[in-house]
Amino acid sequence: MQALTTRAKAVDRRPMTFLERLYLWNILKGMLITFSHIFKKQPTIQYPEQKRPFSPVFRGLHVLNRDEEGRERCTACGLCAVACPAEAITMEAAERLPGEENLYREEKYAARYEINMLRCIFCGLCEEACPKDAIYLSETFAPASFTRQSFIYGKPDLLIPDPKTQPAELAAAKGLS
Amino acid sequence: MEMHLLAIDWMLFAEKLVLIAIIIFASLGIALYTTFAERKVAAILQDRPGPNRAGPFGLLQPFADGLKLIMKEEIIPNHANKWLFILGPGLAMTAALMTCAVIPWGDKVVLFGRNIALQIADVNIGILYVFAVVSLGVYGIMIGGWASNNKFSLMAALRGASQAISYELAMGLSLIALLMLTGTLQLGEIVKQQMQAGHYWNIVYQPLGFLIFIICAFAECNRTPFDLPESENELNMGFHQEYSSMKLGFYLFSEYVNMFISSVIMATLFFGGYDVPFFDEAAHANWGNWLALIGVASIMIKAVIFIFIFMWVRWTIPRFRYDQLMNLGWKKLVPLALINMLITGAVILYFNK
Ligand code: SF4
Ligand code: SF4
Repeated sequence: MQALTTRAKAVDRRPMTFLERLYLWNILKGMLITFSHIFKKQPTIQYPEQKRPFSPVFRGLHVLNRDEEGRERCTACGLCAVACPAEAITMEAAERLPGEENLYREEKYAARYEINMLRCIFCGLCEEACPKDAIYLSETFAPASFTRQSFIYGKPDLLIPDPKTQPAELAAAKGLS
Repeated sequence: MEMHLLAIDWMLFAEKLVLIAIIIFASLGIALYTTFAERKVAAILQDRPGPNRAGPFGLLQPFADGLKLIMKEEIIPNHANKWLFILGPGLAMTAALMTCAVIPWGDKVVLFGRNIALQIADVNIGILYVFAVVSLGVYGIMIGGWASNNKFSLMAALRGASQAISYELAMGLSLIALLMLTGTLQLGEIVKQQMQAGHYWNIVYQPLGFLIFIICAFAECNRTPFDLPESENELNMGFHQEYSSMKLGFYLFSEYVNMFISSVIMATLFFGGYDVPFFDEAAHANWGNWLALIGVASIMIKAVIFIFIFMWVRWTIPRFRYDQLMNLGWKKLVPLALINMLITGAVILYFNK
């Protein structure tokens, strides 16, 4: 029969030799192997003190973007919700009223925008679907919590700080300060 | 000393009481830290750092574990036999602790002008006592498993009982060869013989006997590779499946006490007990109490090495299958022990003629 890999080994069905039936020799060999591991380097990373850097394409928690003037970019088109394979996104659209041009970039905006982080699989399809560069996946992940409710992230949790009014917070969020 | 026949020597009484308290607390403390050592050894053998959060180097971990177990809810299943259910872990723990009564922990110390032997009772049937009490330990498993009224626990209890009985046989036979050499059942006497000048440790005369003894000790302590009574994957935790809180803690803890005691017994019987190798105790008799303390340290170091071997084996090899266990016990160890006995007898006869 054709072997599937080059590493395939035929099963040895010979009866055990006397040395093998004694077990002791093989147990001793195994013990030597485990003993040698005492001197091996431990790959452990002591998490809260030591952190492993994320890869540049890491897909973590979402952020809702603003433009340079601090206006929300999302126009509540719903393309992200349609693209989402986990159906984690819900939103409610609202029309921009006169005088709110400094708040919302487009004429329509998301009055409510929620992502259920327990449903989300962090695939990044919402990011790809968005025509307005409004949603991005950042390099953090959702912290542990005791309630399911706290994993439903609303607009206050998702929106980035306003670059006009809160430049310091924005720099901190980007990890620049 | 003037003494009436029936007068109780109160000082002796107090001295023994203090000794018992010290030894029991020391055993418990050592067992406590053995649980910690087990986790550390397991971790290091698997390239992990192990518990290191509670206290410096994780040294408070056993207390955290104990506290957690105590805080858990005590659950007694509805269909369990309540009294036996409580008796089980108690019996396991008592049997584990009782053995330390006859172990010679060291030579005499002189305190307040009294000669105090570091042994609770130097009974002349020391080894038989150890065997009797160790066999009692299986009652803890049997009663606990049966009282749980659960098929898995019952299976595990049956396994534990048959395993203990099978391996006790080989263990006893391997010891008979040793006893033929020493000619005494008294543990203190066995140690003194090994300490004599020109006399080596018993391991030199009885290597095969020691091998059989250590294998049987693994089985008696229900340690891997013979931990069939609590095999997680087939019997989901075995005899202590229904237990919670400190009753579970007692079962888990008694295993470690057992391990410590068997290590000490192996050190006593085969490795000279409190004898320090390459050191003539008799020549330094003027060191007084320090000499006894060195002896105690010596037996403790030997015990620690054995405990490490227990753990090392546990984290190296998988569990035996039940038929393999029985085959090994009855078809290999028992005949081997018998042969060992015959050879020892023949050699003794040859030299004594
Ligand atoms: S990352 Fe994927 S799963 Fe999560 S919200 Fe976006 S599209 Fe949905
Ligand atoms: S985030 Fe982008 S895709 Fe989603 S509703 Fe807003 S604009 Fe549309």
